[in-house]
Amino acid sequence: MNPRFSLLLFMMAGMVVAFAPLPVPAVAPQARIFRIDARQYAYSASELEVNQGDTVIIRLVSADVVHGLYVDGYDVSVEADPGQSATLTFIADKPGSFRFRCNLTCGAMHPFMIGKLTVGNNNWLFRSIGLAMLAVFGVILSIKQKA
Amino acid sequence: MAKIELTRNPFIKNAIKSRYPQLAVFIVMLVGYIFAILAGLIGTPVGSHNFSIVFVWIAWWAVLILVAVPFFGRGWCAVCPIPLPGEWLQRGAVLSPPEKRPKWLNLRVPKMFRNIWLQNISFLLLALFSSVLLTTPNITGIVLAVMLFAAIGLSTIFERRAFCRYLCPVGGFIGLYSQTAPIELRIKDKQVCVKCEGKPCYNGSAAGYGCPWDVFPGGLTKNTYCGLCMECIRTCPHDNIAINLRPFSADLAKPSTRMDEAFKAFIMLGSAMIYAGVLLGPWGTLKDAAYGVGTGAWFIYAVVFLAIIFGILPGFFSLGLLKTKSNLPFKQRFASLSTALIPLGLMFWVAFSLSFVLTNASYILAALSDPLGLGWNLFGTANFAWQPMLTTILAPAQTLALVVGLIWSARTAQKSASEAGVSPLPIIFYSFVATSTMLWLLL
Ligand code: SF4
Ligand code: SF4
Ligand code: SF4
Ligand SMILES: [Cu+2]
Repeated sequence: MNPRFSLLLFMMAGMVVAFAPLPVPAVAPQARIFRIDARQYAYSASELEVNQGDTVIIRLVSADVVHGLYVDGYDVSVEADPGQSATLTFIADKPGSFRFRCNLTCGAMHPFMIGKLTVGNNNWLFRSIGLAMLAVFGVILSIKQKA
Repeated sequence: MAKIELTRNPFIKNAIKSRYPQLAVFIVMLVGYIFAILAGLIGTPVGSHNFSIVFVWIAWWAVLILVAVPFFGRGWCAVCPIPLPGEWLQRGAVLSPPEKRPKWLNLRVPKMFRNIWLQNISFLLLALFSSVLLTTPNITGIVLAVMLFAAIGLSTIFERRAFCRYLCPVGGFIGLYSQTAPIELRIKDKQVCVKCEGKPCYNGSAAGYGCPWDVFPGGLTKNTYCGLCMECIRTCPHDNIAINLRPFSADLAKPSTRMDEAFKAFIMLGSAMIYAGVLLGPWGTLKDAAYGVGTGAWFIYAVVFLAIIFGILPGFFSLGLLKTKSNLPFKQRFASLSTALIPLGLMFWVAFSLSFVLTNASYILAALSDPLGLGWNLFGTANFAWQPMLTTILAPAQTLALVVGLIWSARTAQKSASEAGVSPLPIIFYSFVATSTMLWLLL
């Protein structure tokens, strides 16, 4: 095959892997309530999983100093004073995996006080691994062609 | 692809030959560096509001790993302030060579240290303490000062830039990854060098100093140890030195067979993966262990860290190699095939740093106005609120970086494998598994 043509073919396959719409399993949206304990420098629970469309209700309880919780991609946040709790409510309408992190300087390791919210499946991870496979396949094919 | 000689442009050429433009940058860098040390020592202990942390670990790091190394190779070393005071002292001059050279010991570095193992060790030392280093202004200030004074001390004992060549913790990986950069300093015509008397590019002359990095420019075939200090452009009487634009990763076509360089590739690959998990992952226990220097948990963390870098990563790599048949001795195969991990590791660092930098870049504006965290507001940006940047394109950008790194690594593997007469498939598979792990850690 013409190498330019194969490259084009692989680019198109890459586009499909990266962007082809996937069926979203229809699950009735629920209200999901989480209690998250925040301390220097960790959340527990630190990994949340919800379905797309769920209403996420996070009760943030701070054990030591003032901590915040900011959700990447959703741009929503909440702050809890020491020993107090505060509640954050939002609708998880965007699928994917998002870091949530402390947004109030709480000490040295503050920039790395991080948790993870997964909405639906973490499809982008699977798509990315698919792209990596496709890339490897493409390189091997081009080696074989030259040989 | 052909090379394009940048030094053919008279403007570029003159800007390099004259010492003043470089000196101007040097002074700015040195002032910034000394200010970072002072800020670290006397400024606020809150890292994200201290100039030393914000400008070194966010701003400088971002520029270094996202721009300088991938596109300019050792470009950072061309303007780095760390070796300057020592070098000026050693030379007895800031600009052109003086009439009378000061008498320092001028020893040659002992042969056993003339490799990058010390740099591997100094990098690992910092890496094991990195959670504290990255977040504590005091410690950052002290480490910066120690590097400055170590460079001064070595300049008075050894000839040339011993600190840069053999000890600098960042110099090692900049050199390794500079091989991938689309820029190089090389001679134009070998014959001219053969006939050149006195080799002033190495030995120095009235026009300039002999190569501070202890390389003979006439023999350069890769970027690793040329610090782009530009001296040889000034000293070569035959105008035989060029700076060229070239295809990416041109140096990787000639794989190195040195173990110190091979392990540098593993150290960098492993640290990027460990940082992605520890610093950016959701696992609080890991963060506690990494931050708790001196505790039992930290010792376990340190042992696991070293086991991943010196055991697991090279171990699986060797397993892949054992299966391949070749006439080359195993060590040589190991070293030359590890070349494939150079572009892979670079792109791992790019993907990791994108997240760290974009999330924390907004601190730069605030720290600019209030560098010591004392409540100043020099430029009116002190109250600029923390806000992650470009969160929507972060994940796709990381995927792109990692997949490009994988393709780049697979193609490098193919070249070095055919040179060693083995199959590239085990190495390509290895790179794929490492990339998938990194994707899982970051996404
Ligand atoms: S090796 Fe280190 S100290 Fe030397 S110029 Fe490069 S970064 Fe600076
Ligand atoms: S001074 Fe110039 S011509 Fe002479 S050896 Fe060095 S690079 Fe070659
Ligand atoms: S003198 Fe030339 S070869 Fe030596 S480090 Fe400087 S630029 Fe590189
Ligand atoms: Cu915090």
